[in-house]
Parts: sequence; C-alpha cells; structure tokens
Amino acid sequence: MKLVDHFQYGLNSPICLTWELTYACNLSCAHCLSSSGRRDPRELSTAEAKGVIDELQRMQVFYINIGGGEPTVRPDFWELLDYSIDSGVGVKFSTNGLKIDKQRAAQLANTDYVDIQISIDGATPEVNDYVRGPGSYDMAIRALENLAEAGFAQPKISVVMTRQNVDQLDEFKAIADKYGAQLRITRLRPSGRGADVWDELHPLPSQQKQMYDWLVERGDQVLTGDSFFHLSAFGEALPGLNLCGAGRVVCLIDPVGDVYACPFAIHENFLAGNVRDEGGFQKVWQSSELFTELRQPQTGGACRSCMHYDSCQGGCMAAKFFTGLPLDGPDPECVRGFGEQALAARGEDHVIPKSEVDHSRTKLGKKAPVLLQLSMGRPDRACETSPLAGMGASETDSGLRLPVAGS
Amino acid sequence: MAPIEQSEQVEDAPVVEETLVEEVSIDGMCGVY
Amino acid sequence: MSTRSAESAGAAGVGDFDPGAPYRCSPQVSLRPEPFGALVYHFGTRKLSFLKTLPLVEVVKGLEHHPDVHSAVEAAGVEEAQRPAYLKALAGLAASGTIEAR
Repeated sequence: MKLVDHFQYGLNSPICLTWELTYACNLSCAHCLSSSGRRDPRELSTAEAKGVIDELQRMQVFYINIGGGEPTVRPDFWELLDYSIDSGVGVKFSTNGLKIDKQRAAQLANTDYVDIQISIDGATPEVNDYVRGPGSYDMAIRALENLAEAGFAQPKISVVMTRQNVDQLDEFKAIADKYGAQLRITRLRPSGRGADVWDELHPLPSQQKQMYDWLVERGDQVLTGDSFFHLSAFGEALPGLNLCGAGRVVCLIDPVGDVYACPFAIHENFLAGNVRDEGGFQKVWQSSELFTELRQPQTGGACRSCMHYDSCQGGCMAAKFFTGLPLDGPDPECVRGFGEQALAARGEDHVIPKSEVDHSRTKLGKKAPVLLQLSMGRPDRACETSPLAGMGASETDSGLRLPVAGS
Repeated sequence: MAPIEQSEQVEDAPVVEETLVEEVSIDGMCGVY
Repeated sequence: MSTRSAESAGAAGVGDFDPGAPYRCSPQVSLRPEPFGALVYHFGTRKLSFLKTLPLVEVVKGLEHHPDVHSAVEAAGVEEAQRPAYLKALAGLAASGTIEAR
C-alpha cells in the first residue's frame, strides 16, 4: 500500500506542522492567509511555547514551519528557534525579511537544522509591492543578500502564485539562482484576507495550465509544498503526496494555541482544540473529533466518477470552503471546469463563510481592489516593528488601551 | 489500490513490484507554508 | 539549509553498499515507528522516507547490533524469498544516507 492508503490508520504524530507564532506583522499583505496585523493579547507565552516544543519533541514531530504574522517580531523568536533545534525539532521559518540583517544572517549561517523561507510575490517591486506593500520587495531582497553574503546555504524563496505573477516564473527562478536560493511556489487560497482579493488575483484557467507546464518542464528543483496537486489532472501527477494533508499529516498551531486542520483553514469549522486544553497538543492530534473525522476514508462525493480523482483527490478543502462550495464536490479551480460550474450553481442567497479570527489592522469590506486595501492603512516602513505603531493618537501613543481598575 | 494477492504455489516473479521504501520531500505535503 | 548540516549530509553511492559489512542508522536520522511501519527523517538532506513493513523497521533498528546486514535481516525474521528485495531497499537507504557503514 502506498503511504496515502495508510492514513486511515492515522499517524501517531504529524510529520511536520505549521506554527504561527504571532498574529503581529509589520506588513499588511492583501492576501494574508491568517489575516495578520495585530498581536493577540492571548498569545502563548515563552514558557508555554517551550512547553509545546517539549511536547512536539516527545511526539517526535520532525519539523515545524514557523510563520505568523511575522514571527521575528516576537522578541523571544530567536530563543524559541534555538530551543527547538536543541530539542531535536527541525525548524523552517517563514519571514518577510524584516529582521534578517547581516548579524542575524551570520548567526543563522552558524545554526544547524534551520531553514529560512523568504516571502516574495513578484519578481519586480511593482508586482510584489502591489500585494505586499511599499518597500517589501526591497526588504526581501536585502534579506537574501545578507544570507548569501553570510554563507547561509540555500534559503528558500516562497511565492504565492497570482494572476499577476504567473508570467514571472522564469524570473523567480533567476532570482533564486542569483542568491543561491531554492524556489518554492504555492497556491493562493481564498483564506483569510485572500478571500477579499480572490476574484482579482486567482490564476485564470489558462494560467493554471501554464503553471503546470512550467512545473513539468522546469520544476525539477522547484518546491511546491504539494500545493498544486489539483493540477495533476492536467496529466502526469506532480511530485509530492498529491493529497490534502490537513489533520492527517500536518496541522496548524496558531498564536493563541488553537489547533486547526491547516493554516488555510483558520475557521471554527476546522478547529480541533487548543494546546492549553488538558492533554495538550498530543490529545488534540490523536483524539479530536475533527481530526478523527478527517481521517475517515474519502469517498470522493461528486468527484467520484471523474477519471482524475485519483490524482486530484477533489482538490483543496479550504478553497472549497471559503468559496462556499460543498466539501464533497469539485475544487473551485478544478482544471476540468467543474469548479466554475459549481460556483455558478451556488444559490442566489449563498453564504460565503467568514472567519471570526481576524487580526487585520484595517478591516475593509470584501472585494476592495488590492491597491485600495494597501493604501488605506498607513504606509508600512521596514523600521517600524511595533504592530501597534501608528494606531494611536500621536507618535508616542501606541493606541494600546489597557483596562484600568475601577473603569 | 491493494496489490494483487498471490497464491503461495506460484514461483514466478511477483506480479506487482512493491517497494519497501517510499521517499518524499518534507516539503511534499500540502498544508504547511 | 544552514551550511553545517548541508556539509554533513554525506550519502554513499549506490555501488558502495556492502551487506557483509556492519551498518547503523545515521545519527542524523530520526526514526519514528507507526502502525504500518516507520517514518524516517534525515535532518541533513530533509528527505522523509517511509519504511513500509514492520520487518524492515526491525532490520533498520537492529543494524547497529549486528555484525553485518545479512544477520540483521535474518534476525528480523525476513523470509528467504523476500531477502533480495530487502537488500535492495537497504542499498537505497544507504544511498540516501539513512543508513551508513560503521
């Protein structure tokens, strides 16, 4: 039996998992899957975070992908990084480059078993900054320069593929090559703020084919995080497990300790429990109702009769959920067009689920064009590290209002 | 798909070559960054 | 990858596997038993392997306790007819650096 067939027995522990360390972020990317921006007052303390690492070590979780928000915004980030590595839990962290100065780059080059992933969504400042904000391209490139100069071997560049950057695939590869990095491309999902810009940014059907063809021809050293398995229906399956790992192989721990099936599914529908509950993370992983349900053999539902179901597996659960499609039907971007049909077939009064978990600094209505969204907030400056900066009445007023006794 | 079962009398080479080891990149699973 | 771990990934070539020699699991590897076999993660190469049978897991875990690969395979109770397949799998694990000569 292939590994995928064994998932019905469940795994004792995740293979790896995403851990969003904080909802605070210096940027306000238009498509942020975790709707990050402001720190949550209930975020895990340093001690609690170390407790989680201890648990992951006992469970022999091999690797954690630390993200956020911007994880390096947490003052204890470096301490937690070292703690995890010393405990034998490998770390990859995802960053917009904010804190990767020459000193940190040198320190990282001397650290075992750490991978770094720099987020960039355009091969040019124009394309990148449109979704990630002014100055974000320069910040990412600077981080790559610092890492290359320090001799850090093979950082990763992670690109969310959008309608606007599909034509830049070769240029992304060139940037990666230039800085000795490995290119990683991933799928845009209508998750978090991604829901608000999905219509404008998600790749067109012809572009999906373009991405697939590019991966087949030039994707040999390119990582995808297995996020394009829905494209496998175009032909030969792409490398990877080619299935949804949510709640079966991977999961998310969020900044307040909530455990979700997947970082693209931050919604109470996909909330399995909390690491602060009795039994901790292990109990959630091994016995939560949600995960037990997700580990049931999939029947395929409406996709059952499609000849491509074996490789496509009905696509992405989060993509279906956040476009208001049934989970047992086609993916909204089904390459055979069944997703478009399903979207058109949604009733007049269909409801698109919206997560209550939103730490965005400025909350705009849906469907606001990306450029408008970015210009509504104050300009993000790379040196501004406080996620509360600019929210208050003056330069010295951060805007944080703590409850006062008697009030 | 389950491999085709063989009767123990058959001396021929296995109909289905089952590998004992499967390899995948740590990046090869959907649901992490 | 950080430079130190990249340098120490060092895997043997396919032709180097010698089942008459003593082997062991690489110290850079984490082996995690599962109901169906085991997951094996190599911290240096970032490669994840699935050992798909419990006897193979026995063999890999037992390598360091046996004078050579053959005896580890025998001790795990692998049927004679299966041994060529097992040796082939072990050669692959040596090539990927999961197991190494000691």
